[in-house]
Amino acid sequence: MEVIARPHAKNLVRWAKDRPEVLVLSADLTSSCEANDFRDAYPERFFSLGLAEQNMMGFAAGLAREGFIPLVHTFAVFICRRAFDQVAMSIGYSNLKVRLLGFLPGITTPGGATHQAIDDVGLMRLIPNMNILECADATEVESVLDVAQALEGPVYMRMLRGDVPRLFPQDEPMRFNRARVISEGYDLTLLSSGICTEEALRVTCALRQRDIHINHLHISTLKPFSDPNVLNALKAARKGVVTLENHNVIGGLGSAVAELMAEAGIRGPLVRLGIKDQYAHGASRPYLMRKFGLDAAALLEAVSGLLGRGVRIRTEDLPQDLPGVSSKASIKAEDL
Amino acid sequence: MDSATVKDNREEWKKECERVATAIRRRVLQYTIRNNGGYLSQACSSAEILATLYMRVMNLGPSLGPRVPRPFAGVPGRENPNAFTGAEYNGPRGAHWDRFIFSPVHYALVLYATLIEVGRLGPDALDHFNQDGSTLELIGAEHSPGHEVTAGSLGQAVSQAGGIALARKLRGDSGRVWVFMSDGEFQEGQVWEAVAASTHYRLSNLGVYVDVNGQCCDGKIQDVMATEPLGDRLRSFGASVREVDGHDVEKLAQAATVEEKDKPLVVLARTDPCRGIELMRKRAPFFHYIRFKSDDERLEYEALLKNE
Repeated sequence: MEVIARPHAKNLVRWAKDRPEVLVLSADLTSSCEANDFRDAYPERFFSLGLAEQNMMGFAAGLAREGFIPLVHTFAVFICRRAFDQVAMSIGYSNLKVRLLGFLPGITTPGGATHQAIDDVGLMRLIPNMNILECADATEVESVLDVAQALEGPVYMRMLRGDVPRLFPQDEPMRFNRARVISEGYDLTLLSSGICTEEALRVTCALRQRDIHINHLHISTLKPFSDPNVLNALKAARKGVVTLENHNVIGGLGSAVAELMAEAGIRGPLVRLGIKDQYAHGASRPYLMRKFGLDAAALLEAVSGLLGRGVRIRTEDLPQDLPGVSSKASIKAEDL
Repeated sequence: MDSATVKDNREEWKKECERVATAIRRRVLQYTIRNNGGYLSQACSSAEILATLYMRVMNLGPSLGPRVPRPFAGVPGRENPNAFTGAEYNGPRGAHWDRFIFSPVHYALVLYATLIEVGRLGPDALDHFNQDGSTLELIGAEHSPGHEVTAGSLGQAVSQAGGIALARKLRGDSGRVWVFMSDGEFQEGQVWEAVAASTHYRLSNLGVYVDVNGQCCDGKIQDVMATEPLGDRLRSFGASVREVDGHDVEKLAQAATVEEKDKPLVVLARTDPCRGIELMRKRAPFFHYIRFKSDDERLEYEALLKNE
C-alpha cells in the first residue's frame, strides 16, 4: 500500500496558502516537524521562537487574541510536559484558537524517554476547553487541520511525520468526534488510535478469516469523547472491549473508554493495551511496540483471553502488507 | 479632569498624579483593614507607577466598563458565550489606542483602586471586592476590571503581551502595548525567554514597567533568589532600559517617551515597599500579604486612616 513522504509538510503549504491569518511558530525543530516548506513558502508568516516553549505558548496566545491563528510546531513532549502550565493558563483557560501540533507521539521515536510522549493525551485531557485529535495515517494528517479549523477553542494534535502510510481513502477525511468504523461484529469491540490502528487492522483481517467478528472502531478525536457510535459499540460487545493505543494506559484512550463504560453502566471486561505505566527508552519502533505490548501479537493475546480460547493464529500468519498497510513506514534516525 | 489642561500645566498634572497615588494607598489600606488582610505593600510600592501609567503614559480611550462591575459570567468556553474580559475598563480596541496588560495580579486591589481614582470604575465598586460571585477577586483574572489576560501564574503575561505586540506590529498598528510587572517575576525563566523573543523580533511597541520593590513572597529578593543587577541583565538581553525613582511621577512619565528604535522598553521603577505606611516597616522582611496578628495591630493601622 501507499506510503506518503512528509504528508504534513506538503499539506501545510497547500492548506495555509489562502489563509493569511495562519502563522507557524516553531521552537528550533522546524524541519523535524515538517514546517520548513511553510517557512520557505511564506517566510513572513513563520516565527522562530527558539528553544523556549513556555514563552512560545504565551506568544501564541497573544497572537490568537489578535485574530491570528498560530500553528505551534514542536515535539509533543515539549508542548504537554514542558509548557503544561502555559498551555493550561495562557491558552486553555481563555479558550483561544491556538493549534498545538505535537510530533513524535508515544514510541514513534527512538529518542528515548525525554522525546517519547507517552502522557500527552492524558495531560491535554485534563485541560478544560482543549480538543484532542490524533492522526493514524496520511489521510488523517492531510485532513486534521480542516477538523481543527472548524473548532473555536484550542486544539492539540498528535501528528505523524516522515514516511506515513495511507490506511484510509483520501476521500474519507478525519471527522470531528466521529469514530471510523473499520469492521463490524458482535464478539468483541476494539477501539484503536494512532499508529496502533495499523496493527489492529492486521489482526482483525486475520480473525475475520477464522469467522471471529470484531467491531473495530478507529478513534481520531480523543476529546471530546462523546460519539454515540462509540457508546453503542461498547454496549454491543458480547465478550468484552479492547483498547489499543500508543500511550500510557493511564489517561489516554483506555481511560476514556473505562470512564464511559463505568458511567453508562456497561458491564463486561475491558482490556487496555498500551504502555503500562512505565517509561519507555530509546530503540526502534517495532522493538518498542513488541516490548510494551502495542503490536498485533499483544492484541491477538488479548483477543484470545477474552474469547476464552486460542485463536490459532500465529503472528507469522498475520498479513505483512494489508491492502493499504505497510510496515515499512518509520522515522529515520537522522531525522531526530 | 481635562487632560489638555493637565498637559499644559506641568505642575498641575504632577500634583494630580501624586494625589491619585496617595488616594490609591489610602483606599487599599481601607480595604485591607475591612478584609482583615490584603496585599497592602504592593499599593505602597506601585501607587505612583499605576497612577502615572493611567494618567500620563498610556493612550487609552474612555472606559467601556460599567461603573458598578458586572458579576462573574463564567470562564471562557464553548458553552459560555457570556464570558468577558476586564479590558473594557481600559477603553476601546483600535489601531491607534494603547493596550494594558497587568501581570502580577496579586496587585489586583491596587489596580481596582487605581481605576476608581482615575474615574474608570465607580467609587463603590470595592463593595464587591473579594465577594463570592464578583469579578473583583483577591487575585485577579482576565474577567477582573482592568485585566485582559489570566496572569496569576507569574511570568506568563509578558509572553502574551509579546504575542499581542507582534500581532500589532504585523498589522501596522501605531498603538503600544504596556505591561506592568513586579521584579519577583524576573525569577521565572519564562520572563527571560520573553525578553529574548521581544528583542529578537524588535518589538519597540512593547513597554514594560516593573515595580522593583525588592520583595517577593518569602522576603527580600536578594535573599530568596537574586535578580540584580536587573538593569544590566536586561540590557545584555538587548532591551532598552530606564531606571527611575518609582515614586517620582515626572521621571516615571519621562521614561515612557524615550523610544529606542527596534528595542522593547523596560522601565525599572525602584520603589519602597513601605512608602506612605511607615508602620509596616517593623514587619520586615515580610510584606507579601499583610494579615493583622492582633486587634491591637489592626487598630494601629485603622488609626492611620483617622490621622489623615
